[in-house]
Amino acid sequence: MEHIPTTWYLLLAAILFSIGAGGVLIRRNTLVIFMCVEMMMNAANLTFVAFAREFGSTTGQVFVFMVMTVAAVEVAIGLAILVELYRHVKSVNIDSFDSLKG
Amino acid sequence: MGIELPSLNFGALLPVIIVILTSVMVLIFDLALSDKRPLGWISFVGLMFAGGAGWIQQSMEGFDPAFQNMAITDGYTHFFNLIFVVGAGLSVLVALGYLGKKGLQGGEYYAMLLLATSGMMIMAAGTDLMIIFLGLELMSISLYVLAAINRYSRASLEAGIKYFLLGAFASAFFLYGIALIYGASGSTNLNGIGEGLKAVPKGYEALPLFGLGLLIIGFSFKIAAVPFHWWTPDVYHGAPTSVTAFMSVGAKAAGFAALIRVLTVSFGFDGSMFADNWHVAVATLAVLTMTLGNLTALAQNDVKRMLAYSSIAHAGYVLVGVVTGTEQGISAALFYLMAYAFMNIGAFAVISVLEQQDAIGTNLEEYAGLAGHHRVLAMLMAIFMLSLMGFPMLGGFWGKVYVFLAAIEAGWIVLAIIAVLNSGIAAYYYLRVIVHMYMSPVSDQSHAINLNSAMQVALGLAAFGTILLGVMPARIMDLAASSGLFG
Amino acid sequence: MIEQYLPILILIVASLIFAAIALLAPWYLGPRNPIETKLDTYESGKLPYGDARRQVPIHYYKVAMLFIVFDIEVVFLYPWAILLRDLRMYGLLIMSVFFALLVLGLVYEWMKGALEWN
Repeated sequence: MEHIPTTWYLLLAAILFSIGAGGVLIRRNTLVIFMCVEMMMNAANLTFVAFAREFGSTTGQVFVFMVMTVAAVEVAIGLAILVELYRHVKSVNIDSFDSLKG
Repeated sequence: MGIELPSLNFGALLPVIIVILTSVMVLIFDLALSDKRPLGWISFVGLMFAGGAGWIQQSMEGFDPAFQNMAITDGYTHFFNLIFVVGAGLSVLVALGYLGKKGLQGGEYYAMLLLATSGMMIMAAGTDLMIIFLGLELMSISLYVLAAINRYSRASLEAGIKYFLLGAFASAFFLYGIALIYGASGSTNLNGIGEGLKAVPKGYEALPLFGLGLLIIGFSFKIAAVPFHWWTPDVYHGAPTSVTAFMSVGAKAAGFAALIRVLTVSFGFDGSMFADNWHVAVATLAVLTMTLGNLTALAQNDVKRMLAYSSIAHAGYVLVGVVTGTEQGISAALFYLMAYAFMNIGAFAVISVLEQQDAIGTNLEEYAGLAGHHRVLAMLMAIFMLSLMGFPMLGGFWGKVYVFLAAIEAGWIVLAIIAVLNSGIAAYYYLRVIVHMYMSPVSDQSHAINLNSAMQVALGLAAFGTILLGVMPARIMDLAASSGLFG
Repeated sequence: MIEQYLPILILIVASLIFAAIALLAPWYLGPRNPIETKLDTYESGKLPYGDARRQVPIHYYKVAMLFIVFDIEVVFLYPWAILLRDLRMYGLLIMSVFFALLVLGLVYEWMKGALEWN
């Protein structure tokens, strides 16, 4: 049976990564920025898995395991910091975090 | 059916394991103790043990790669472990003297600091992009927490969230870069990548080249190289000063540790277009980083912020050493990072002594007439400033000399000239601090300065290290040169 | 190779048609007699109170964050479970270290009071 060529997965991953990167730069809501970063990481994951299937090697798959864990930990920490910051600023808009200037 | 069980070779990673176990111990004792100061001393002792383990390792014959070729303990690892132990040890002492004043004394602080240190060590030892990525994240995530650890201060939390957002953004770039390189070479092992890339046919180099570019962008965020530096001043300014001291030294050194190993081992082979390309890219980064860092530092009136820009500039000088890609240049970069660890933590330690509340007391005005107020502190600050400036017979001077000489020797004359010009510009803002301390009248808002014993030891060791590297640089330079990255 | 996607296309079209019928038929067939009671939020007559966008206690978020981390760590059990027999004591030892660290984290947050509801 034929299967979907690897190129398609890579293309999809590249598009997802670009959307994520664009979102981080454009969106002002910190939570949305978190999600965009997650999207970028998952684009990388998709690339890993696609290549792993292409090579028939497991390295890429193991890498994805690691990335998933790291991403979860990262988000937990980020949300914790954001919750604390929200108590001071009462906003999750990135432009309102402006007390540091020089 | 049987599968071959790999030997993990834990002994090779003993310093990392000691640091991690110490952080676990700190967490356990944190539950039991109500006075948190002993935790700082436990951390310090643990770091000394890790340093000792590294020392013993160094005197032994070479180690086999650990964890199935994922990490290696060579001279390069030893040298960086030394930098991390010095940086983390001094930072613990500074924290012991500083956190109490801020009401931040707590077990999490030291546990996170130790975990970040272990992440840095893993980055320096890693020979597989997977391990380097995990080390990078272990370090970064711990540092996000540390930056935001003062949750009663808006500035600290803002620093934390900014560091987090840009750090995670950079990690995503880094990760995608790894994915593309894996796709091009079929491996995430540094040697494997080198082998795999040799087989890439002509005309198909775009994929790995793009991956390499993303990888360099990811590292540039971590070492605060222009144009990926814009988080640095805010984060360094907002984070508690003891944290700033630690991350300005540790995170930078760890970023360079992994960057240099990746560039030389995987992409350094002769006659490839990759080597030519990254030399040019890193040279561009170096020029931008030095120049912009120094020019912006000129305009700062807040000493903490000024040192943030100065740390960007210093990343530029180290990059000059990296650009050469020669053994001499890399050794010079390593020496520079060691000298930078002593003098920069020292400078931040002085700032942390003078700082009162949130970001108050870090303005240059506060330093007016410090010499008349507290002579020893002013003298120490002068030593650190002069060393950062590159004054002869101090650690920073030899760092610059070695780096510039290596650049000239490798044929990067223009780059060396730009670097020298930059050191000239930098002299202005370092000297400005000294002028304020010694030539201005005592400011009336000056307050009682109390130095507790931990802070005294930290300041003393930092100054001692700075002067020692200035007086007898050859020994450390030999150590850096024997790093063995070039076989 | 595009032919193998034909069933999916048929499924999509069929579900669209079904959804359209399900939505349009009541609108066309059913009698309409809007009176005040019928327009209430709950037809049972229960009066709604407060705002739907109620603030949730911060504690929910904390527990959720703690949960995420432990939830994801479990992923590492799958490879071990598959190779349990082959890895023997070696695997058990390695995973014991892994678990010890996880349990330590749990004990730590427990003792710190992060799991208390007050």
